[in-house]
Amino acid sequence: MTQSMAVDYDTMIPNNVGLSSDRRVLKALERWHPGYIKWWGNMGPVGFQESSVYLRTAISVDPKGWAKFDYIKMPDYRWGILLAPQVEGRTIPCGEHYGEPAWQEVPGEYRSMLRRLIVIQGDTEPASVEQQRFLGQTAPSLYDMRNLFQVNVEEGRHLWAMVYLLQKYFGSDGREEANEMLRRQSGSEETPRMLGAFNEETPDWLSFFMFTYFTDRDGKMQLEALAQSGFDPLSRTCRFMLTEEAHHMFVGETGVARIIQRTCEAMNEAGITDPYDIEKVRALGVIDLPTIQKKLNLHYTLSLDLFGSEVSTNAASAFNAGVKGRYQEIKIDDDHQLNNDTYAAPQFVNNKIETIDVPALTAINMRLRDDYTNDANGGVKRWNALIKKSNIEFDLKLPHSGFHRRIGVFDNAPITPDGLVISKEQWEERQSDWLPSLADGDFIQSLMKPVWEPGKYASWIAPPRTGIDNKPGDFEYVQLHMA
Amino acid sequence: MNMAEPQKQHLIDPEFCIRCYTCEESCPIGAITHNDDNVVVDASVCNHCMDCISPCPTGSIDSWRIVTEPYSLEEQLGWMELPEQQQFADQDDGPDAGLEALDESIAALLAEAHEGSGQVPAPSSASKSSINLYNLANPVEGVIQGNYRLTSADADSDVRHIIINLGNAPFPVLEGQSVGIICPGEDKNGKPHLPRLYSISSPRDGERPNANNISLTIKREELGVCSNYVCDLKKGDTVKLTGPFGASFLMPDDPQAKLLMICTGTGSAPFRAFTMRRQRVLPQQNGALKLFFGARTPESLPYFGPLKKIPETFLDTHFAFSRVEGKPKNHVQDELRLASGPIAEALKDPQTYIYICGMKAMEEGVDAALNDIAGKAKMDWGTLKDEMRKSGRYHVETY
Repeated sequence: MTQSMAVDYDTMIPNNVGLSSDRRVLKALERWHPGYIKWWGNMGPVGFQESSVYLRTAISVDPKGWAKFDYIKMPDYRWGILLAPQVEGRTIPCGEHYGEPAWQEVPGEYRSMLRRLIVIQGDTEPASVEQQRFLGQTAPSLYDMRNLFQVNVEEGRHLWAMVYLLQKYFGSDGREEANEMLRRQSGSEETPRMLGAFNEETPDWLSFFMFTYFTDRDGKMQLEALAQSGFDPLSRTCRFMLTEEAHHMFVGETGVARIIQRTCEAMNEAGITDPYDIEKVRALGVIDLPTIQKKLNLHYTLSLDLFGSEVSTNAASAFNAGVKGRYQEIKIDDDHQLNNDTYAAPQFVNNKIETIDVPALTAINMRLRDDYTNDANGGVKRWNALIKKSNIEFDLKLPHSGFHRRIGVFDNAPITPDGLVISKEQWEERQSDWLPSLADGDFIQSLMKPVWEPGKYASWIAPPRTGIDNKPGDFEYVQLHMA
Repeated sequence: MNMAEPQKQHLIDPEFCIRCYTCEESCPIGAITHNDDNVVVDASVCNHCMDCISPCPTGSIDSWRIVTEPYSLEEQLGWMELPEQQQFADQDDGPDAGLEALDESIAALLAEAHEGSGQVPAPSSASKSSINLYNLANPVEGVIQGNYRLTSADADSDVRHIIINLGNAPFPVLEGQSVGIICPGEDKNGKPHLPRLYSISSPRDGERPNANNISLTIKREELGVCSNYVCDLKKGDTVKLTGPFGASFLMPDDPQAKLLMICTGTGSAPFRAFTMRRQRVLPQQNGALKLFFGARTPESLPYFGPLKKIPETFLDTHFAFSRVEGKPKNHVQDELRLASGPIAEALKDPQTYIYICGMKAMEEGVDAALNDIAGKAKMDWGTLKDEMRKSGRYHVETY
């Protein structure tokens, strides 16, 4: 029985890690699997477990074979364990072990540090599935619903990827951590997810797109940094996850872009030129640009908090150990050890924002966050190009990094999106100018009516330029099979 | 003016790229790089291996421009959107074969098919062909309108006339062009099948005048995955096409032009198209078309029936059968020699265009026959052929 189950099970899990000959890990995964499926049933997308969704499944890791598209019911999705191919002769790219051969096993001295990093990364994956579980009910099209589910199953797969590392390399505490991943719940009072932004609600589709754009982008940067790890299995895992993460970036960036486009079109059709004429714009059944800016402010700043403190000895240790690198570490032209370098980091002292040079080694988080901001700005530029093309005068902006923060030097500092320091009272008073108010949320919520007819889109979002897998406009991305 | 040869440049559409750098990671030769705004492809490094295409989540990677001078990295890094495709002036002052296809693999197939003539320009009066409106990533879907066996039931070969309706999709073709057919499924290595190329056998305005349909002439190959797939398609089935392809094996639009068409088997496809085009636009133009057509038997010769109905005065048809019981083997070159008088006249005429299409094996015999016929008429075939090639009057498409 065990024998045949194992074989069957191996075929159920696409993998390129030789699972069938690794009986210990296989057994551990077999034990974990029912809990995962139960978790997916309880905490995954609500109401669509029986629907056939046109999903892409990764079945191998070479560029031409990893995106296979077909209809599948989500619980039957082939969650697999896929690592990017091993690079011959790869060396540790940073820190005190710089240049030594990359580790294929966990080095004892860094065991707990590595485990912690993997657990934190792993915890975010199921968290976002939980946060988004009700969104399918209000999907503005089958196309968007399909994209949501694609993101969800791939976040699920990313959990598998981290669980595999825990079970393969961290013995019984790894298995315990793997179980904990299914026990914690986003937004739970008793057992919340580990990071703040992953306990926030994703109440509507604008939030979802902003979340995938800003918060998944933090995930991307963390994966980029872990892809530079001297622990080779972690590096390879993250490199392959990044290929999938790109689709999530795509969903976020184009989702927001399509909302902006629809708003601009509707304004032009109605002859409204003032983007701040909010009531009139909203009466068109689209989301006004100032509200989009508020949502951007919220999600960007929540995501900045995910990078941790600007100056951090933990981050320094991880870098120095060669366990976590910087963004595109191997492309950076320096000694990769940072013993004598400095990096500019902000400070908030006596109600003033200042910049001081700190040892670069301690500013690893800050640097990754700067790279993130740069990266995030790219999409904002494109959104603005759309607005400009529609001849509407409005510029979306990333707020100042001191605005609306809960972590690091700017924790609770009364700083405006433009970077002005004001009094706490003034800040509280003006908060609803910068962040979505309850009324804003209610308005957006009022637009969230499902549109499930193939090829049709809700009033507040433009259709995409091309279909997924080059499918035509009226393709039935989700076959609902509603009872 | 000595312009550089036009080339295909791989670009990334900056309007839709989300800067995930997945392409950069998947490029095996480091041809892709980026700044904060854009991800760009270095034309001097990119070898069109296409490894970056499928991992791209947006499709922005699948962007191409025909350029004489590739866009530099600096230019690309500053773009907010792709530049328009440059228009090229007609280059009728030199041996410019034009681009036959933008897909590397299809271009290679066509180059191989045209080996017999080398790179030759299209006839100077030929209409300009459109190429690559559809590719593997963006194919067009057609619906089978008809699928008829052309060879008689007892013939040893199954050649089929397949009519495909393109619906509302724009699909401008010229006689002599080809289309790619994408056979669904995967090969034994688990890769999707690459498109197979088939010549269009209908004229530019459709199998029926002004219908947006095309016909193909396809022989069922015993182990041919694609030919069996197409030959088994039923009316109403859909099929994915790429193309059109081809920019040199085209017919002249000049009403004075005379065509000498030499083919075997399904090589008759483009000549059916040429002939139908002439029937539609110049039905009174007698004595301008000659067809030398080889097959094993009359039963296995595609379009044997319809061809026999075309008046000799309009289309001077010569059949050569190599396997008719009780008769000596007869090949197209033998028929050419039999008609050496009129052929020699044709060779002397600067309005004559020669087209050879069919099995590669026929080339040598045809060339020898033309050489003999020219020699007897005191012409040097080598020199003449070269002249004809340069002026776009000698075309070979064999496989």
